[in-house]
This record gives sequence, C-alpha cells and structure tokens, in this order.
Amino acid sequence: MSRIQFSKELEKLHAELLKMGAMTEEAILNSIQSLKEQDIQLAEEIIERDALIDNLELEIEDKCIKLIATQQPLAIDLREICSILRLITNLERMADHAVNIAEITIKLANEKYIKPLIDIPRMADLAANMVKKALDAFIQKDIQLAKDTWHLDEEIDEIHQQIHRELLTYMMEDPKKITQSTYFLFISSHLERIADYAENVCEKVVYIQTGAYQMK
Amino acid sequence: MTKDIKIRVRNLNLFYGHFQALVDMNIDIVQNKVTALIGPSGCGKSTFLRTLNRLNDLIQDVKIEGKVLLDGKNIYDDAYDPIELRKRVGMVFQKPNPFPKTIYENVAYGPRIHGIKEKAKLDEIVEKSLRRAALWDEVRHKLDKPALGLSGGQQQRLCIARCLAVEPEVILMDEPTSALDPISTSKVEDLIGELKKDYTIIIVTHNMQQAGRVSDYTSFFLNGEIIETDLTSNIFSKPADKRTEDYITGRFG
Repeated sequence: MSRIQFSKELEKLHAELLKMGAMTEEAILNSIQSLKEQDIQLAEEIIERDALIDNLELEIEDKCIKLIATQQPLAIDLREICSILRLITNLERMADHAVNIAEITIKLANEKYIKPLIDIPRMADLAANMVKKALDAFIQKDIQLAKDTWHLDEEIDEIHQQIHRELLTYMMEDPKKITQSTYFLFISSHLERIADYAENVCEKVVYIQTGAYQMK
Repeated sequence: MTKDIKIRVRNLNLFYGHFQALVDMNIDIVQNKVTALIGPSGCGKSTFLRTLNRLNDLIQDVKIEGKVLLDGKNIYDDAYDPIELRKRVGMVFQKPNPFPKTIYENVAYGPRIHGIKEKAKLDEIVEKSLRRAALWDEVRHKLDKPALGLSGGQQQRLCIARCLAVEPEVILMDEPTSALDPISTSKVEDLIGELKKDYTIIIVTHNMQQAGRVSDYTSFFLNGEIIETDLTSNIFSKPADKRTEDYITGRFG
C-alpha cells in the first residue's frame, strides 16, 4: 500500500470538501442577503448554484468509495473517510435549506415586509460562522474548536425561540400578517436546521480524532 | 457468555543468545476463537507462536522464562511431555509442506505415530480430517496419488487436514495463506471460520484485511512486545495505542 499516494488523495479530498463547505457557507449568507434586499437575481443564482454543490457531493462520494476500494483504509483513515461521507450529506442539506430560503425570497419579492429583518440575519451569520468553524476544526483536526463550535448552536436555538414568540405576537395582532410571518418562521427553522447540521460536523471531528461518539 | 481462556501467557521472555526476542509478554487466548497476531517483520510473532508448542526448544541457545499455561498447566514444566503438547497444539506453516507421500499417508501419518494401526479406523480419520479441511470432495478419488501433485491451495488444506488428524485442541497458523492465490486464500479463510467451532486458532498474518476478516481478537506486536490485544473490530476501527494505529494505517512498518 502506498501511503504517499493515499495521503495525496486524502489531501485532494480535503480540498474538495473545503470547496463544498465554502460554497455552502456562501449560499447561506447569500440567501439571507437576497431576503434582506429582496434581490431576486441573487436568489435565483443560489438555486442555480445548488446543482454545483450537489455534483460536488457526488464527486466526493465517488472519491471516498474509490479510496476504500483501492486503499483499504483502517482505523483513523477509515473513520475519516466514513465521516467525510456523512459530512458531505450534511453540507448538501445545509445548501438545500439555503435554497428553500431563496425560494421564499422569490415568493415574497413583491411584498413589503411586515417588520425590518434583524434577528434572522444575525441568526444566519451565526449559522454560517458555525459551518465555517466546523470545517476549520475538521481540517485542523482541532477537537477543542469542534467542541467550542457546537455550543454556538445554543445561541441559535434561543434566537429561533425568540423569533417564534415574536412572530406569534404579530400573527395574533393582525391575521393579514400570518402569511409572511409563517414564511419568516420557516426561514428561522431552516437556519436552525443548518446549525444542527453544523453540529453534526463537529461531532464527526471528535469521532475521527478520538474514535469516541461524543455528543454535546 | 463468559470467556474461557485456553492459553494464558504470563511474563514470557525469550532470548536467542544475548538477543531478547520476546519481552515480558502477557496474553490470554480465548477458547474457540481466532486470535490474529499482527506486527512488522521481526517483531516476534512467529517466535511467539512457536513458544506455544515448544518448537523453539529445537533451536540452540534459546532461553525461555515465564509461563505458558495450557488449560492451566505450564507447558514449560519439566514434567510436561512435548510430544503430547504438540499433539494438542498443532501447527500449519507459511508454505504448504506435505510429506512426499500419498494424500492418504500424509493424513494418516500422525495418527499412526500416535499408535493407531487399524485400517478401518485410519480410513475414518483420513476421511473425517479431509472433510473438515474442505478437501474431501476434491481428493476422494485419488487418495493414493502423491500429495505433491495437488495445487498449492489444496496442499495447504491437506496440511490442515494432517494437523486435524491427531485431533489437536489448538491450531497455530503461521501466515497460512501467504503463498496462496486469492481463491485458495478465501477457501482457507472460510475453513478457519468453520474450524473455530471446535478448535482454538492463533494465526500470524501480514495481511491486515485477512486479520480483519478471520479473527475475533487481534494482538499487535512490536519489537518483541505485545502493544495491545483487543477485539478485532476495535483494533481496526479505534485502536487504543497510537503505535497500533500507525502500523495498521501503514504509517510505518
């Protein structure tokens, strides 16, 4: 077994994973920017670019399978490759949530928002930051960073609860605000899910490095 | 289910002259399980295997300390009969080494030495042993043919049959498939899975995937020491020792 070859292949895999991560992070941030600015063009771009992320997922999956078939990785290598297979699924789903947000932007394109968006962009920044940090932890094999990052999810959950309560108030005050409030609630949910997926990535980082399944 | 320990090795040290080949080894070999010994060349796997049926006794200048308890009795006690020991602890080597005799005589050889003379009894042992070695169907019509005319894979199974003929309790295998093609290898591997129902098997292998496929426990050897022994599934997915991980991921050795 040529480990030099294997290390090279693994590095390539890391590079592609980072690329997929960066594209996902960008999709999340853009989805909220398009929502804030009611930028239909940007929203459509997100939906289009999602196909690239989907393709990247398949490419990485294919590479993982070939590495398992040809290099028979064991121990930490096996844990890493199996985890990458899970990581890409998580990233792909995050990107799907960004697409869902972009679709809502398009639906609400011609409406004036019932309130200025403050908490949702804050939540989006936090979620995108979590994704970035989780991938940094993966690449740097940094268990501590992974653990610190998964705790960021708590703040996001809190904002989600807060948004929920706030939007309920709006809906109770004025039934005409129900449609938009429901859409904003969906968006908050999408961001909350993205943060959960980022948390999964962090758990995988700990698993790869220690072999232990450790949850928050 | 409680584990029955067939062999307990305690504080085993072995010296070839001034060179210490085995260093303070301790391991429990579980009955009716397959234990794989892995490690880089020269780490003491084969030497260790040979201490289990006292084959090292035949080498000059070998000094052995410590205990090897087979069913609780130390095989290095002066009173322990090495012939009886080797009947109970059989061995299969790296290269198939059948005797230059017929297939039948290869299998009947051991039982004959141990005093069985009756033809019907020998016939029965030969058939049973060849069946257990998954070779009977291939050789039943040519038992009187030379064993050396068999293929390498068949020869190796014949050697396993020869080993089984004296009804051992433990089978030591020193890289039993390293000289075989993939099909013969998988036959021998399947056989190992069958045999462990009745025997305790210890196998030395350089093939990590083979250790993963056939064994229940794996022990990692390095520089004459046992670094760790654990369930095979643990060793190959999350070994406790960094040195084990480095070895099985191919980072040294």
